[in-house]
Amino acid sequence: MAITFKGVNHIYSGGTPFEKTALYGINLHIEKGQFVGLIGHTGSGKSTLIQHFNGLLKPTDGEITILGKNINDKDTSLKEIRQRVGLVFQYPEHQLFEMTIFKDVSFGPQNMGLSKEEIDKRVKEALDIVGLDESMYEKSPFELSGGQKRRVAIAGVLAMKPEVLVLDEPTAGLDPKGRDEILGQIQKLHKTLGITVILVSHSMEDIAKLVDRIIVMHRGKIALDGSPKNVFEHVEELEKMGLAAPKIMYIMKALKSKGLKVSTDVLTVEEGAKELASLLKKQK
Amino acid sequence: MNKIVTSKGLIYEYYTHNDKGEIESKETALDDINIEITKGEFVVILGHNGSGKSTFAKHMNAILHPSGGTLLIKGMDTKDEDNLWNIRQSAGMVFQNPDNQIIAAVVEEDVAFGPENLGVEPNEIRKRVEESVDVVGMSEYITHSPNLLSGGQKQRIAIAGVLAMKPECIILDEPTAMLDPIGRKEVLQTIHRLNKEEDITIIHITHYMEEAIKANRVIVMDHGKVVMDGKPKEIFSQVERLKELGLDVPQATELAYHMKKQGIDISTEILTVKEMVDAIWQLHLKG
Repeated sequence: MAITFKGVNHIYSGGTPFEKTALYGINLHIEKGQFVGLIGHTGSGKSTLIQHFNGLLKPTDGEITILGKNINDKDTSLKEIRQRVGLVFQYPEHQLFEMTIFKDVSFGPQNMGLSKEEIDKRVKEALDIVGLDESMYEKSPFELSGGQKRRVAIAGVLAMKPEVLVLDEPTAGLDPKGRDEILGQIQKLHKTLGITVILVSHSMEDIAKLVDRIIVMHRGKIALDGSPKNVFEHVEELEKMGLAAPKIMYIMKALKSKGLKVSTDVLTVEEGAKELASLLKKQK
Repeated sequence: MNKIVTSKGLIYEYYTHNDKGEIESKETALDDINIEITKGEFVVILGHNGSGKSTFAKHMNAILHPSGGTLLIKGMDTKDEDNLWNIRQSAGMVFQNPDNQIIAAVVEEDVAFGPENLGVEPNEIRKRVEESVDVVGMSEYITHSPNLLSGGQKQRIAIAGVLAMKPECIILDEPTAMLDPIGRKEVLQTIHRLNKEEDITIIHITHYMEEAIKANRVIVMDHGKVVMDGKPKEIFSQVERLKELGLDVPQATELAYHMKKQGIDISTEILTVKEMVDAIWQLHLKG
């Protein structure tokens, strides 16, 4: 089990006039190797939740176990947890600071006290995964495009070889090509290295394409939790929470209500095109 | 004079320098832009990161000045320093990050900042602030602190701040990039209303293809050039061309494209869910 929450509450500024409860009684199990999509509108508690995944925040009440370690135990090394659970914040490129790309990505593994050979090896591997080759190593990260900068920032987390990777809206502000590149690399990481991935996104289309489980946060609670097909069936509930289903599902639903025999649990445009094409061909 | 933007052979070049301060290379960010935007248009500009969209936007607000060619805003040359304030008053700008453009501790003071700087009479300022905040649907927050607002609400306040200067045109540089779906919808509805009801010309830069569906006109930029310019249907029906340019199409358009590839005789000029459903229904009836 990668992550377990039992009755977790989180209250900001407890005991002051600004007291605000951000998480209410969260129970959650995330298995190793899962690819989880986390959705919810601004203020739903997503960011508070993911900051508990690597001990940046501690619960006000309740118990959290991360990779077998209870984060409230005195013996638990939070430093170790933060290496094993990599957190990529929103706009991570704002955290780049070194003179060269290579040095920037080295920062994490250096703090782990690894040998120089091991650091170099990890940095090269991490940059290779995000698609930045040797010609880029000595460049300043500040000369890069937005999408490239973000890839450097993600490589910085990958170089610590995390077992769980949490990404908070990794594609925000990127153009469609930059978005597809980053998502493709995340998918590759999950498939080839078996890393547990938790992806926070506002794009239902991206979530539908990638994940095997969706957790929907609403007002500090888990409102829905299940496979994409199951979660996106609850279109009306999602809309009440300020969310939506992928556009293709609206098309399929509308056709079904007109009496066409189509399945309404199609998640991607490709699947939808196939189904509709074969339906229309059958008629002839 | 109903031309808001007239760009003739607009070029913008800049130099990169090495550590010693020597010129290392010359970059051309805008390469011979020739376009006209007429009063009342709703124009969406698309293009991948680095295509020159934002550089062009900054020229329309005279933040950057052309290296070659001319750019006129309502007939005023952006190269002429004397026009600066008139240009910025006519063509207001809203930026991507809501937190970088709000300066006051109270919403009404923030919105009043623009007209105050234009030297507008205090009574008139009050009137304009109230009107602007009302147009963007934020009246109930007029005495609130902006830092407690959501991203979408902050962007609407930024738009109100521009409106209070009574501009004819608003340029928005990825105003929705940092917002959640609700915030995006709020901003989109607001700018469409301004366009329809107040006849304000809108130039909206975005990476979200769905936001271009309801525009009158879509301009696509690549490597500092305008490479496509037309109605949304004309632009988005060219799915392969857009993908080559690192862009995308709305989901309904993409669905039509895939169905067409599988031999279904469906129009590629479909943009919305409703159009798609109708088109398939028609095909079904023909059967």
